Amino acid sequence: MRELRRKIATRLLTGLLVLWLAATVAFIAIHALPGRIEDVLAGDLSYPGLREAIAAQWGLNHSLQWQYGQFLLRLAHGDLGTSFVMQQPVLDVLRSQLAPTMQLAVSAGVLALGLAIVVATVTAGSESRWSGRIASFVEITFTSTPVFWLGMLLLVAFSFELRLFPVSGANGWRALVLPAVTLALPTTGVLSQVMRESIEAALSKPFVTTIRARGVSELVLRARHVLRHALLPVVTLGGWLIGSLLGGAVITEKMFGRPGIGSVTLTAVTSQDVPVVLAVVLLAAFVHVVMSTLLDIAYLFIDPRLRSQ
Amino acid sequence: MSTVDRSVPTAGVHSPLPVGVLLAAAFLIVLLVGMGFPRLVTPFDPLVSDVAATLQPPNAQHWLGTDRIGRDVLSRVVYGARYSLLIGLASMIVSLAIGLAVGLFAGLSNRFADEAASRVFDVLSAFPPTLLSLLIVTSLGQGIVNIAIAVGIAGIPKFGRVLRSQALVVRRADYVTHAVSFGLSRTRIFLRHVLPNVLVAVPVIATIDIGSAIIAVSGLSFLGLGPQPPTPEWGVMLAEGRDVLRVAWWPSVFPGLAITVTVLSFAVIGRFLQRKFEVRA
Repeated sequence: MRELRRKIATRLLTGLLVLWLAATVAFIAIHALPGRIEDVLAGDLSYPGLREAIAAQWGLNHSLQWQYGQFLLRLAHGDLGTSFVMQQPVLDVLRSQLAPTMQLAVSAGVLALGLAIVVATVTAGSESRWSGRIASFVEITFTSTPVFWLGMLLLVAFSFELRLFPVSGANGWRALVLPAVTLALPTTGVLSQVMRESIEAALSKPFVTTIRARGVSELVLRARHVLRHALLPVVTLGGWLIGSLLGGAVITEKMFGRPGIGSVTLTAVTSQDVPVVLAVVLLAAFVHVVMSTLLDIAYLFIDPRLRSQ
Repeated sequence: MSTVDRSVPTAGVHSPLPVGVLLAAAFLIVLLVGMGFPRLVTPFDPLVSDVAATLQPPNAQHWLGTDRIGRDVLSRVVYGARYSLLIGLASMIVSLAIGLAVGLFAGLSNRFADEAASRVFDVLSAFPPTLLSLLIVTSLGQGIVNIAIAVGIAGIPKFGRVLRSQALVVRRADYVTHAVSFGLSRTRIFLRHVLPNVLVAVPVIATIDIGSAIIAVSGLSFLGLGPQPPTPEWGVMLAEGRDVLRVAWWPSVFPGLAITVTVLSFAVIGRFLQRKFEVRA
């Protein structure tokens, strides 16, 4: 138990360290850019008092160390700065757009995980047979498919030809189906490949032979006994999954004309609204670090072998 | 770890190449020839529009149809390969160069340096790659060179981690211990024994990962942050095709197909090389 507590503490500290480093990288990046910080943060904007406001907020007449300390302090208080283009706190801008993006990312994530589990469980260990080969080919094809193109194919097929789903917008679940599928499929390809490999590794363990000897059916064996082992390595992919869903959401939202964090980010990128983009990136890193820290700790509880190593 | 690997032992030097790998290689060769000598494939200029023939579906004259202002889609796809592949390649070189330097440093120097470098990779990979690229594009500005840099930087941790672990493996290999016991100088061991064996992994990793670089680059172009119209770049073509999607599928389906088949081909060959040379990626 003491060992466990020590491991958790180490993991939490590492997570904090990475967060702090991420914030530092962002700070350095802004200061390393050519040009004065006022100009960088103001982008193409210029109205009276703007540069003074930026200078005051960032404490530009103070020393660099002081600015750095202020920057960290503000982040710690959840103050992500002000969008000078939209003239309001970044956090308010993002909060109002959070719901549609969460809907999209969460439903795509659940869909991807569910599909990958089913496909990998059913087809693992059959690479010599057609089912395995086909599944493997489909997976690698999906991982090679850009989301924006996949989105267009789905639009042509299901919106323009079959008229099953709306072309754009975010009203109701029908509008969510195509974007979620678009965002999910490339991720499914990756997850399913990883799961299949770990299921195949688990299938070669002695405990499987024992269970088979008891006359348990192949499907029950895989679903009840093997899957658990196979899911463990997938837990480590949690951080990657979140990153790819958040990143993919930007393109998917643009593709389907959905509102959300992605659209806000994209508008900010084209209008050089640095505080907004910076806030989104830092928030994403925050979510990523928190989730992967929690997953790693959960891992310690799920798999007792890790505690004693 | 998984000690039972059914694929490795059979993938000997003399076993015949799988059909998939041959097809992928054939496609890439055709693509490369098309990039070098586009006139061999298509007589049309990718930038010249024929207002008398706008949005024509695929036909005998225009094999892949024409776009909104009557440009030949096939020739735009063929010329577009130059942009998409070269920008992808450039961004991969950025990730590879920095990833190799940091990875080697981490894998070969002391434990403290290794920890530090690993944390650097952790930090970089804490940012979702697409978002990190967007941040870099916002600060550097838009354009072909900048999206290559942006995608390249976002790809550093992936290359760095693999090359670090490769360096660790090589460092502990018997032949290095052997060389040390013979009293060879550190420089000589590094240059003659360590470096070449780490570098073996590079073509394999590069083949596997150039696909994601191509997808990332075309994604940023699709968002309008890279090359601008009328450049025949695949992402730009998709963005243009999206506007006429309701009436014509061919201006967007074919460039997307080009991206997918190209990336797929690299992935198939990369996976084959990975098994053959037993590189962990």
